[in-house]
Amino acid sequence: MTATAPAPAPSPGTMADERLLKTSPLRRLMGRPELGSVVGAIAVFVFFALFADSFVRATSLSTVLYAASTIGIMAVPVALLMIGGEFDLSAGVMVTSSALISSMFSYQMTANVWVGVLVSLLVTLAIGVFNGVMLTRTDPPSFIITLGTFLMLTGMNLGFTKLISGTVSTKSISDMEGFSSAHDVFASTITIGGVDFKITILWWLALVAVATWILLRTRVGNWIFAVGGGEEAARAVGVPVDKTKIGLYMGVAFGAWISGQHLLFSFDVVQSGEGVGNELTYIIAAVIGGCLITGGYGSAVGAAVGALIFGMVSKGIVFAEWNPDWFKFFLGVMLLLATLLNHWVRKRAEATK
Amino acid sequence: MARTRTWVSIALAGALGLSLAGCSSTGGKRAEDARKAAAAQGRAAVNTPRWTFAMITHSGDGDTFWDIVQNGAKQAAVKDNINFLYSHNAEAQQQAQLVDAAVDKKVDGIIVTLAKPDAMKAAVARAQKAGIPVITVNSGSEESKAFGALTHIGQDETIAGEAVGDELNKRGKKKALCVLHEQGNVGHEQRCEGVGQTFDGEVQNLYVQGTSMPDVQASIGAKLQADKSIDAVVTLGAPFADTAVKARQDAGSKAEIDTFDLNEKVAAQLKNGTLGFAVDQQPYLQGYEAVDLLWLYKYNADLLGGGKPVLTGPQIITKDQAGALEDYAERGTR
Repeated sequence: MTATAPAPAPSPGTMADERLLKTSPLRRLMGRPELGSVVGAIAVFVFFALFADSFVRATSLSTVLYAASTIGIMAVPVALLMIGGEFDLSAGVMVTSSALISSMFSYQMTANVWVGVLVSLLVTLAIGVFNGVMLTRTDPPSFIITLGTFLMLTGMNLGFTKLISGTVSTKSISDMEGFSSAHDVFASTITIGGVDFKITILWWLALVAVATWILLRTRVGNWIFAVGGGEEAARAVGVPVDKTKIGLYMGVAFGAWISGQHLLFSFDVVQSGEGVGNELTYIIAAVIGGCLITGGYGSAVGAAVGALIFGMVSKGIVFAEWNPDWFKFFLGVMLLLATLLNHWVRKRAEATK
Repeated sequence: MARTRTWVSIALAGALGLSLAGCSSTGGKRAEDARKAAAAQGRAAVNTPRWTFAMITHSGDGDTFWDIVQNGAKQAAVKDNINFLYSHNAEAQQQAQLVDAAVDKKVDGIIVTLAKPDAMKAAVARAQKAGIPVITVNSGSEESKAFGALTHIGQDETIAGEAVGDELNKRGKKKALCVLHEQGNVGHEQRCEGVGQTFDGEVQNLYVQGTSMPDVQASIGAKLQADKSIDAVVTLGAPFADTAVKARQDAGSKAEIDTFDLNEKVAAQLKNGTLGFAVDQQPYLQGYEAVDLLWLYKYNADLLGGGKPVLTGPQIITKDQAGALEDYAERGTR
């Protein structure tokens, strides 16, 4: 945080209040949570640019950005939740649930597709509220609670889809009213200079901007850091802990809704069994981006960079024509390196304060 | 430091000594090498330019079936002087992105599975626009043509299921259990539906978690214990047949186990009568033909199938044919 009040000139011999000290811009940069991931992202980019000649083409980069955005849209709210000191293991399947709800509601009610989209928003947010309320009203940690939600959603995705559609995937809604406008909003392609970019990249950047603004410029942002840093202390100074946590879970649900609508409108049919395992991808992206697993530290920009690294590695391996059997191995190595780098950078930053 | 080094050298020497002293005269790496030597040798048989073909499937990690498909594709790639790239992801969105990546690479041909056809539509269209020929394999026979692919190679899942139903009738079965190991796989649903269409008895579906074998075993075992009238279990993948056999033992049931697809173990168990029959879709052929047909198209503008899917199955394999296939399954081509 920057101090806005000018620091009083320290009288010789006495140390001024350390919170009011002016720090140099460089030192401020060193203290940012996402610094390590930015260094890592540059390293990964240079690496693949050297090893895969097709990696640095504009079309390839647009594919990489698209891959990063589909992870990043979820990684940003998940990062906020982790800064608030909690997990959400239901985030992966929630995306699929959200897409299934829109699709099946529109189809069964023969309603305008937008009706389904809005119903899906409400229901998905309700799932987020359920996670948050269960967490704040009961004893078990979020890990357990959202694990329960994850299993329930996985079952409901298949159960309801089979019950309503009779098969394991939804029926096509591409010939219904409102589909094309919804497709424009959630899944269109924008051509810039002859290169096609998916609109999810814009959604992703917008989410990063909003989340960063909330974290650094609003009272709510301070609450999030406080809740993650120490729940009891935060409660003692009057931070609405429960509200903040429920809000964070709703944020994840909102991200899941955007991702889910993108799935639905880019493919127009949703497979009920998908999304399992992606929740870990989002958490990994947030951790690579400098979020601490214990809460109270991290940034939205970092999570976005983490998603970008993820996108670059997953597609870079393809562009470099490597054996994809090793993809998970590389991912593991990268995760460890990124966390070690983050840790080292943070130590340095604290030491030079 | 020095002490550690001493320990390490002792351990290494010990391991080496043990492996020399305790040779196995059967199986192991040596037998495998002997088999490999007997397998087809790889050398390009044509002098066409070195084209690059990319194959993108919906397979998960470490899937035996797709290993066999890859073996076929690689064999054809060697013969046809092709640089063959393989990538896979079980998530539709990820698979579509991999196809995009192949198009970005400007490969000379794309082989893709349409297990989730709607998700692949845009990616395949993008390949078309870039002028890259596409062949679909394994799944998506209905959508292949509409998407503008040259042709489709694979098995019609419904027809395969119907073949199983017929075979069960022949064997006089009354009540079958169809074990689905992948939640949300349309092809699997079609197989079980196909069984139900031709089978005169009753078919029950059982969903199991295919990524966890103990869970599969427990689920099938519980079902067989709960319903003693089940006299046939149909699994949808070769690795699950063996698990079903174990579950049958646990439950003390007399049900016959039959399976889709083939592997080493299934071939052996067909031979010794542990399993009833298998219905094979010849995965090796799917990989091999996909690469070879792309090559033919690039070289001579040839197309196979006359606008209809090229079928690689179903082929019912019983005790009589299993013996011959055992060696092929062992080297990973059946």
